[in-house]
Amino acid sequence: MPRIKHPPLFATLAAIACLTLLPAAAQAAEELVVYSARIEKLIKPLLDTYKKETGTSIKLLTGKEGPLLERLKAEGPRTPADVLITVDAGNLWQAGQSGLLAKIDSKTLTDNVPAHLRDPDGQWYGLSIRARTIVYNTKKVKPADLSTYEALGEAKWKGRLCLRSSKKVYNQSLVAMMIAELGETKTEEVVKSWVKNLATPPFSDDENLLDALAAGQCDVGIVNSYYVGRLQRSHPSAPVAIFWPNQGDRGVHVNVSGAGVTKHAKHRDAAVKFVEWLSSEKAQKLFADANLEFPVNPKVKPDPLVAAWGTFKQDTINVSEAGKLQAKAVMLMDRAGYK
Amino acid sequence: MTTQAPAGYVRMAHAAMPGRFVSSGAGWRLASLLAALLVAAPILMLLPAWLTAENEVWRHLVDTVLAGLLRNTAVLTLGVGAGVLTLGVGLAWLTAMCEFPGRRLFDWALMLPLGIPTYVLAFVAVGLLDFSGPAQSALREMFPGGYWFPQVRSEGGVIIVFTLALYPYVYMLARAAFLGQGRNLLESGRILGLSPRQVFWRVSLPMARPAIAAGVALALMETLADFGAVAIFNYDTFTTAIYKTWFGFFDINAAAQLSTLLLLFVALAMYGERRFRGRARFHTGGKRAGQYRYRLQGTRALLATAAAGAVLLLAFIVPVAQLAVWTVNAGFTDLDERYAQFVIHTLLLGGFAALLTTASALLLAYVHKLWPDRLTRLASRLATLGYAMPGTVLAVGVMLFFSWLDRGIDTASGRWLGAPAELLLSGSVIALLFAYLVRFLAVGHGPVESGLERITPSIQQAARSLGAGHREVLWRIYLPMLRPGLLTAVLLVFVDVMKELPATLLLRPFDWDTLAIRIFELTSEGEWQQAALPALTLVLVGLIPVIILVRRSEQ
Repeated sequence: MPRIKHPPLFATLAAIACLTLLPAAAQAAEELVVYSARIEKLIKPLLDTYKKETGTSIKLLTGKEGPLLERLKAEGPRTPADVLITVDAGNLWQAGQSGLLAKIDSKTLTDNVPAHLRDPDGQWYGLSIRARTIVYNTKKVKPADLSTYEALGEAKWKGRLCLRSSKKVYNQSLVAMMIAELGETKTEEVVKSWVKNLATPPFSDDENLLDALAAGQCDVGIVNSYYVGRLQRSHPSAPVAIFWPNQGDRGVHVNVSGAGVTKHAKHRDAAVKFVEWLSSEKAQKLFADANLEFPVNPKVKPDPLVAAWGTFKQDTINVSEAGKLQAKAVMLMDRAGYK
Repeated sequence: MTTQAPAGYVRMAHAAMPGRFVSSGAGWRLASLLAALLVAAPILMLLPAWLTAENEVWRHLVDTVLAGLLRNTAVLTLGVGAGVLTLGVGLAWLTAMCEFPGRRLFDWALMLPLGIPTYVLAFVAVGLLDFSGPAQSALREMFPGGYWFPQVRSEGGVIIVFTLALYPYVYMLARAAFLGQGRNLLESGRILGLSPRQVFWRVSLPMARPAIAAGVALALMETLADFGAVAIFNYDTFTTAIYKTWFGFFDINAAAQLSTLLLLFVALAMYGERRFRGRARFHTGGKRAGQYRYRLQGTRALLATAAAGAVLLLAFIVPVAQLAVWTVNAGFTDLDERYAQFVIHTLLLGGFAALLTTASALLLAYVHKLWPDRLTRLASRLATLGYAMPGTVLAVGVMLFFSWLDRGIDTASGRWLGAPAELLLSGSVIALLFAYLVRFLAVGHGPVESGLERITPSIQQAARSLGAGHREVLWRIYLPMLRPGLLTAVLLVFVDVMKELPATLLLRPFDWDTLAIRIFELTSEGEWQQAALPALTLVLVGLIPVIILVRRSEQ
């Protein structure tokens, strides 16, 4: 039965088909697809629990925020992604602005997520809170010496301040929020005064900054709260403590990691259900505790280690402002010489 | 249209000659041009970015940070260039042409740092030597009154880290060139009364220039495109500005514009080097210089051993030891059955990409060697630019290219088959392998081209006059003679793909995580010590191709 006359050609075609149909096969199965800029380790436990509870399996692709958005954009209407999870309101806002997300009308979500931690248009919802706050070396600084972010620019902190690079979105959001509340002129003065007080060039990440603070290279710094939690867990004796600034006025700058449903989701209803579940009490506990963050759902208590830092007044301006003013903030930091 | 004029000319010139000698090479030239265009496509996809002018971002950059960034980039490029040139050429000369205690070990061991990604060396250096690291903590305990220590996160620090991570490119290519230089040539030099030093400066070095230039070009292109390592040092370069415009201003258009400017600069610099090299030719013949070594005595032998040992210590032994310590400290918590998958994916991608890239490099270089005209040169230059492109931007170009292809396939299949094809190529292994090809063609091209340069055209002419076709000449003459160069190309690309992060991160299909991805997953949240396990695994797996190459090169 010599039916196949060109076996090499046939084999080549079959091989090409096998290779290229891989992604297509992934879409055909009934399962959710999540693109996440929150790292795998922090997301995987949630996906596993969700599968156990509902039987829905979820495919996960992690990546860096900016490139992941570009992938969504390039894939357009044919994207396999149903849900986008990312960190920092600036990135969520950008995803919404680029038309990558669909509006979700959900009473569950509006009940579970406080208004300032979600998109006013309902395109994305915050799922965990990270406070970007002041930390100090307990051997060298008394809490009474500290008051506000702005006060870190005072002359008494000269050569004692540690900051992370201005290229990190966390700092861009912090400065963006300061612009929203203090105005550009005042914020620029503050940022310039910080730069003058630096003990050492800005660090590439919060972890190194905290190590330097603990080792005594500097006395005060600004980091995300969960890094402090991680340090206290691994080195309980580290002389580092959290201070909640601006309690007399606007409160501590908070940011979120959050999620939205993609505009071209193939499983929209299932995707909305999943995001709703992420805001539920059970999921919130997992979501926040995995990284020692604060849950957005007010009914859920944070991890005991986090709770021990005490309650604080948080800045309740809508976090989407961070996205709107991000470019302004980056320019301002460039002008101020903050690297 | 330009393809036809020279091709037609060649055809006419040979028309009178008998038999198989009649060949215009039009097919070869066309294949090489098509390959070049395909590889350049993702870069060309970024050019339309220039159609939309984004004045605000540009004005801001020019007003504030641009001058500083250009200065930093220039300092870094010059520093790393001088560094890799000194270490790479110096060490290659020592191990290839001299005899000193430990030479046989250093000969291959000095290639090992190739397996350590620059960003890993950077985070090890900062972790080990910064104020809070173990080195300075120990000093503080010994000298509570204070001590002097250089600032690690500084200009000097960045230059040293890049030099230690990238010198192997120059070392490998220069070593192969020195070993390949005809022994009788060097003997002639000695007979004419040159001292060993004069032989080095006046014979060996000028002869090895194409190889050395190729190595330095690779090191510098990688430096220019790097974002990971400079970010760890918070040292802002031109590439930092590219990422800043993208992630800070969300302006990928301006980022694409800046990237193409960077490429233009690189293209001009390479053009300049070639012009400067002029019409010099670098063919050698005769026996390999292998056994002809200068025996170093006394202090000089000691100095040679000390220099090679110091480089090996700083670039490989200390970083690997530090990674091992961190891995043990972290208690292998990250280790699970997925690591087997990470390793397999890393090796598969590296292997396939290395073969694909070397084959393409051979095509481009061979065609240019046979028909060295403007067109084939353009093809080579165009195809090798991708290496200077910041990885993430290049990955976006590849992604745009494939989604454009997919749209075409989708429309066609909707029309002809009645069913849309969805995303056929985007998000497939093919897209990822293609991205590696675009990114690393320069890496494969360097060794192949400099290997070809050393083969005298008379051999090819002889074979042709005996009636061999181009394909036969390639298979029976060039390939055997090129074997060391081809192996170097395969190895370099293999290792580079294994270390590659940005394109892998953006373009990988579901469940195709590699060791580099695992490093990213851990370091992106500052878990440096946890990242030591995948980093160490990557280095060890990366040693496999290095060891294979070393064994082959000794035969």
